[in-house]
Amino acid sequence: MRYVDEFRDGEVAQGIARAIAAEARPERRYNFMEFCGGHTHAISRYGVPDLLPENVRMIHGPGCPVCVLPIGRIDLAIRLALTHGVVLCTYADTLRVPASGGLSLMRARSRGGDIRMVYAVTDALKIARENPHKQVVFFAIGFETTTPPTAVAIRQACAEGLGNFSVLCCHVLTPPAIMSILESPEVRTLGSVPLDGFIGPAHVSTIIGSRPYAFFAEEYRKPVVIAGFEPLDVMQAILMLTRQVNAGRAEVENEFTRAVTPDGNAKAQALVAGVFELRRSFEWRGLGEVPYSALKIRAAYAEFDAEKRFELDYTPVSDNKACECGAILRGVKRPTDCKLFGTVCTPETPMGSCMVSSEGACAAHYTYGRHKESEAAR
Amino acid sequence: MSGTVKPGYARPLDLKHGRVEMSHGGGGRAMAQLIAELFTRHLGNEYLAQGNDGAVLPPAGGRLVVGTDCHVVSPLFFPGGDIGSLAVHGTVNDVAVMGAAPLYLTAGFILEEGFPLADLARIVGSMAEAANRAGVRLVAGDTKVVEQGKGDGLFITTTGVGALPAGLTLSGDLARPGDAVLISGTIGDHGMAIMSRRENLAFDAPILSDSAALNGLTAAMLATGAELRLMRDPTRGGLAATLNEIAHQSGVGIHLDEAAIPVKPEVEAACELLGLDPLNIANEGKLVAVCAESDAERLVAAMRAHPLGRAAARIGRVVEDGRHFVQMQTRFGGRRMVDWLAGEQLPRIC
Repeated sequence: MRYVDEFRDGEVAQGIARAIAAEARPERRYNFMEFCGGHTHAISRYGVPDLLPENVRMIHGPGCPVCVLPIGRIDLAIRLALTHGVVLCTYADTLRVPASGGLSLMRARSRGGDIRMVYAVTDALKIARENPHKQVVFFAIGFETTTPPTAVAIRQACAEGLGNFSVLCCHVLTPPAIMSILESPEVRTLGSVPLDGFIGPAHVSTIIGSRPYAFFAEEYRKPVVIAGFEPLDVMQAILMLTRQVNAGRAEVENEFTRAVTPDGNAKAQALVAGVFELRRSFEWRGLGEVPYSALKIRAAYAEFDAEKRFELDYTPVSDNKACECGAILRGVKRPTDCKLFGTVCTPETPMGSCMVSSEGACAAHYTYGRHKESEAAR
Repeated sequence: MSGTVKPGYARPLDLKHGRVEMSHGGGGRAMAQLIAELFTRHLGNEYLAQGNDGAVLPPAGGRLVVGTDCHVVSPLFFPGGDIGSLAVHGTVNDVAVMGAAPLYLTAGFILEEGFPLADLARIVGSMAEAANRAGVRLVAGDTKVVEQGKGDGLFITTTGVGALPAGLTLSGDLARPGDAVLISGTIGDHGMAIMSRRENLAFDAPILSDSAALNGLTAAMLATGAELRLMRDPTRGGLAATLNEIAHQSGVGIHLDEAAIPVKPEVEAACELLGLDPLNIANEGKLVAVCAESDAERLVAAMRAHPLGRAAARIGRVVEDGRHFVQMQTRFGGRRMVDWLAGEQLPRIC
């Protein structure tokens, strides 16, 4: 397959692996966090850790949209479906995330909620047009990549006067999440999470560009290498990060130049800015309340804001006590550090959100990497 | 009027514009007419002609293998087949991979009120053709009609009966460390044919379902006399699910080589586009075989000599592993687990 196979070539990978092994100094350890769930998935699916020397370790970050969604937000969506009787449209991954009272969107559906899986927000618009007598709500989740299509849909609904369509906006922002990790006591003072650099997001960066990361490099002295989602991109980024660490540099470098520019996609940014504004604060699973880390719908489009239309008030709900998703999302713990991992919490019966999405650290490890720790244990 | 209509004349089924009505399942004359003019016309044979509540079959002279399969595929017509041919192939294959020669089928139809009779005729015709090709005969059947909105056009359940050669035992628990794992051809064709149709993915050459009866191929494989442990057709859940089932049943592990697993470029491209893994995608005309290492070469050669096994390949080996893991050496150079898929990836694929 052209434009894909080139980025999955085993021989090239071996070459980069040799270069990383040659660069990594045996006397130190290298701990890099891949922010995005897309990278987490690629690393696990292609077996990237097998190609890294023992002292180079990847830490999974919080960049999985489904994983960071707090229980309270899923509860809102369920309430819309069961109490307000709306047609709730959502991406498939959110269906299985556990919510309060033993519910999930999937279970709410079996209790009579009209909850429909869609591939894109345009499907939700279509459902609204075809069902003029029903209220249709799109459960909008995701980072900067999925925000522009939601903005387009809201403008489209406004232009068409589609009065039965609204959006439950849960769009979140990448830079404040990275900031929250860098500011966390584990990284900043306790040093229990040694972090030597970041692999920066691929698709998110096509929208926001590479500039927003400069602050982390300068202020926190952490190198950032923006990389594509193919396994060779990840390998190359690890090599670039290793070189920066060795040279004592902390810069933003761009491995993904085939898609990412310094300024990003200005048109998409303008579109988003026209429809959304910053929320003062937003609750993330794992990171807690993070200031100015999410978007809400501007007053001009208030009639398409499901939170306003249905007068929803947000109630935070704490995670299952034994679930370590929070610590895993901050890079403090690994999936296998969680008592529930692989026992009561599996992809079939997830207890926490990291076991739900294929981009979640727990699901990726369970599906692709489980052979490793039992090998180590034997 | 008299003289223009012959005595005893009955208006035939309108196979052009007619639709299924509740009376077609009611046990009355309308049902009898549907069976006579549509089902018996296409599928008739001496056993069906007995016209009793059950068919009386001659002795098969040995052990029998019975398999059953429900078919709810959507859409009913897809590139490379339809629910009718699929309902024959699915069950014939379940019997064939047990090592048996499939002989008879029974079929149950659940029809939705309002379903076009023209489509039904096309589907039953396609079943007849598939059954003829596979050399099996449909010996019993049943039809029920449900109200509009209570079904989705048509569901078909088929049961197959086959004769197992004396002395032959193939079973999912017979894989042993050291054995070779073979696949009869490219994976993921059926699932991606359906998905590309559902998602309106337009390719230069459409992806065709691999839906086919495998009893010719299994007969050719058995004729080699190779030491076969088991065969299985990797339908729902794809190759990944089938290999995990084998690993658990036999209490072994399996190591795969990703580079050896045949995948058509268009299937790979469609999977890439939809974020799917070909290992999890359904097949309807492929089989997995596990055999003694020493016989692998000639078994692959025999498979390749058959039209349905041209792309057959040896893709891995059985290993000792108390955890019963299926692992794969990736083309990229790493190693990973190949797990069962969680949840429902592609509903109503067969």
